[in-house]
Amino acid sequence: MTVKELSEKCNFKAAVLPDGGREIDGCYIGDLLSWVMGRAEENNVWITIMSNQNIIAVATLADVACIVLSEGVTVDDSIIKLAEEKGVNILLSDKRTFETAVEIYKTI
Amino acid sequence: MSESLTFHFDVDGEDFTSAGQASVQVKKNLRRLGIPPEIIRQVSIAMYEGEINMVIHAGGGKADVIVSENKIEIILEDHGPGIPDVELAMQEGYSTAPDSVRSLGFGAGMGLPNMKRYMDEMTIDSVVGKGTTVKMAVYLS
Repeated sequence: MTVKELSEKCNFKAAVLPDGGREIDGCYIGDLLSWVMGRAEENNVWITIMSNQNIIAVATLADVACIVLSEGVTVDDSIIKLAEEKGVNILLSDKRTFETAVEIYKTI
Repeated sequence: MSESLTFHFDVDGEDFTSAGQASVQVKKNLRRLGIPPEIIRQVSIAMYEGEINMVIHAGGGKADVIVSENKIEIILEDHGPGIPDVELAMQEGYSTAPDSVRSLGFGAGMGLPNMKRYMDEMTIDSVVGKGTTVKMAVYLS
């Protein structure tokens, strides 16, 4: 399943989707960035509530397929611009982190 | 590739939000050299952790990535306060990062352990009041 398909099926809002055709494999949840870099796997969906600029570098370096910001967290335009430049997909979920994860689990 | 190739970076200590630029650049360079993706991931994450450490604790520093036929080395050098107890600093969860950094998702005490986790070799040479040099290497099979 691709990031774009996941976004549509789970009714997430695509904040920025420069690489929507990217394939997804599994999911990781975490807000501590070093923890995420140590544990997340390539092509994972990464669910977090962190929305600062550093998440773009972490997503790029850890090779995750997309970031899902849960709990209704939003992103600044400057971060959206950076994500676009770096080819990082960011989806937004109004649901709580647990419900977001369950939704993704059922879908992929 | 018979000769080694060195990439040099100056890590800006003032700019926390853009930290990671050197690591992302390293990732691109290694991709161009045809290094296996998993090795690239390990090297660039270890490098990013080092970069973040230099920004948080040492006011910046410099980083060299040396790619040779059988290994990739990363040398990180700063003139920060030094690490009084390296063994303690290597423990997962131990951190001296300020709250401002923690609120951004860093300072979990995972930086140095992650570097060790992803690299085959790592040595830390630190003198309190003078600075720290971290040398890491990953072997290419």
